[in-house]
Amino acid sequence: MTTQYLLQLVISGLVIGSIYAAVALGFTIIYKATRVVNFAQGEFLMVGAYVCYAFLVQMHVPFWAALLLTILFALAMAVILERLVLRPMIGEPIISIIMVTIGLSLVLRSLVTAIWGNDILVYEPKLFPQETVSIGGIPVSQEFIWCFVLSMVLLAVFSVFFKFSKAGVAMRATAFNQQTAQSMGISVKSIFALSWIISAIVSGIGGVLIGNINGINSSLYHFGLKVFPATILGGLDSILGAALGGLIIGLLENLSDGLCKAYLDLSGVKEVAPYVILVVILMIKPYGLFGTKEIERV
Amino acid sequence: MQYCGDFRTTYEKDVMIFQTPFIKVCMGFLGVALLALPFLIKGEYLWIALQILIAVIGAVGLNILTGFTGQISLGQGAFLGVGAYTSAYLTAKMGLSFWVGVPAAGLVTAMAGMVFGVPSLRLKGLYLAIATLASQFILEWVFIRWESVTGGSYGIAVPRPVIGDFSFESDRSYYYIVLAFTVVMTLFATNLIRTKTGRAFMAVRDHYISAEIMGISLYKYRLLSFGISSFYAGVAGALFGHALKFVSSEQFNIGVSIVYLAMIIIGGLGSIIGSVFGAVFMILLPKLLSVVTTVISADIPSLTRLVTAFEQGIFGLIIVLFLIFEPDGLAHRWRLIKAYWKLYPFSY
Repeated sequence: MTTQYLLQLVISGLVIGSIYAAVALGFTIIYKATRVVNFAQGEFLMVGAYVCYAFLVQMHVPFWAALLLTILFALAMAVILERLVLRPMIGEPIISIIMVTIGLSLVLRSLVTAIWGNDILVYEPKLFPQETVSIGGIPVSQEFIWCFVLSMVLLAVFSVFFKFSKAGVAMRATAFNQQTAQSMGISVKSIFALSWIISAIVSGIGGVLIGNINGINSSLYHFGLKVFPATILGGLDSILGAALGGLIIGLLENLSDGLCKAYLDLSGVKEVAPYVILVVILMIKPYGLFGTKEIERV
Repeated sequence: MQYCGDFRTTYEKDVMIFQTPFIKVCMGFLGVALLALPFLIKGEYLWIALQILIAVIGAVGLNILTGFTGQISLGQGAFLGVGAYTSAYLTAKMGLSFWVGVPAAGLVTAMAGMVFGVPSLRLKGLYLAIATLASQFILEWVFIRWESVTGGSYGIAVPRPVIGDFSFESDRSYYYIVLAFTVVMTLFATNLIRTKTGRAFMAVRDHYISAEIMGISLYKYRLLSFGISSFYAGVAGALFGHALKFVSSEQFNIGVSIVYLAMIIIGGLGSIIGSVFGAVFMILLPKLLSVVTTVISADIPSLTRLVTAFEQGIFGLIIVLFLIFEPDGLAHRWRLIKAYWKLYPFSY
């Protein structure tokens, strides 16, 4: 066990964590504006990765255009799904909404397997240069740096968007109180659609980034399940929380896995560590680190 | 559902399970039909009937927790697994009888459920749902890693029950054991929700603050509903293990939890008969879909990959459509049908 090994664990943890953070952001946006828990978030990521693959590798479109087309595709998909599936469910109990998004995730997953099959596909050519650079003596792959930087830019752009843009303010108003927002001239329907669009786009880009590092196959949706610990850890309705939660989960997951492998000869801790962390955190802080504490009166 | 002129004059009449003689006759026919079933069908169909009976137990259990007490659980699959492994360990590795293994499985799972239910005092709604999702993944991980008990990825072979010299080796004889468990546990649940405990559950679901003000201990009843629900899951899991004669971790993954959740939502939350409908529906649906896909891929082999991929998708699509067009579940539709025939030919 060297310091270098430890630092490498930290770096790859942060990179994966930054993608968790991006997907968690998508999850939080939907939850904040519409109170819908989207269990299909991982499938959004998977669809993004595959669509970008289709444009980039199968149709030989340059990367920037492929990314743009993927974003447009995510936008269209979000609008259609929101209109057809989620809007009729407004006002239904939370458990039905959970179930509807689970049903949706099965449909998306089977569409993807029907079109692209189960094999691992690789982005060819790679999106980012492969050479490693040295940061403080530790060799780090350039794509890791790109991946991390891009996710962080994405998170920064959207936090600015929520704070200052007109649409962002309207979204926050809707999240605060739908009726009041409506009486102020905000179209709640278009805010709902907008939140799904942003969420699908952010997750789609996350999918492209992770697909570039690990290759893509149909088990990519597992990423969505890791996003729950990340969002809950940060607090369901906090954007800052989603970002931090993603990074923390990615880091802890990688560190615990690496340390258990090195010291305890115990492999596969990766799959379960985020959930153990989640339960422990929830016992101490039931609304996550930054979640809004609901004050209830009778 | 009452007839005209069916006036109840005592509380005992008001809370009877079988309200009218007609319903008693109907239930009698249903009972006879269930008893005769193994002689009418065989092979794969009998196996499906067995699966439905076991699923009814699990679904009723989950409905007590989610439908009656209002605590969403995404971990029912893992609790089935705890039951299955407990009974498997006791019968296959320690040589105890089936009749010890199954109740023990129920009790051990109830304990496990209560441990994972402890956060329920502080967590509500979605946070609790995700905490139960965590229990699903943690338990699944334990199933694979705790090799000395669970047999790891190889699983455990489990015997069928024996009484004296008679072995319930055939599906037909085992069906009757499962049927007995299902009937007793469904009736118990029906009774439970008429008691003080059941009403407390519903009070906690409907408005927990008001419930607490009325003197209902939230912690006690939330934990109790986790315990009872997990007991049902444990028994269902144990029965399933003995039915398959084999227990391995893939049988209890997140997909199973989702199917059970779908059962109670499609059947009807907070309704025992709804759990039964849901279990029948959700067990039959994949079988029907696989019949259709087998026929299609036999006719057009080039489509096999596509069709198998779509099987899951159609399953998901049916769930989505169901929730959009029938959000109150099959139990609600059942009430409407009954009301229609009661009022026929008048629509008021």
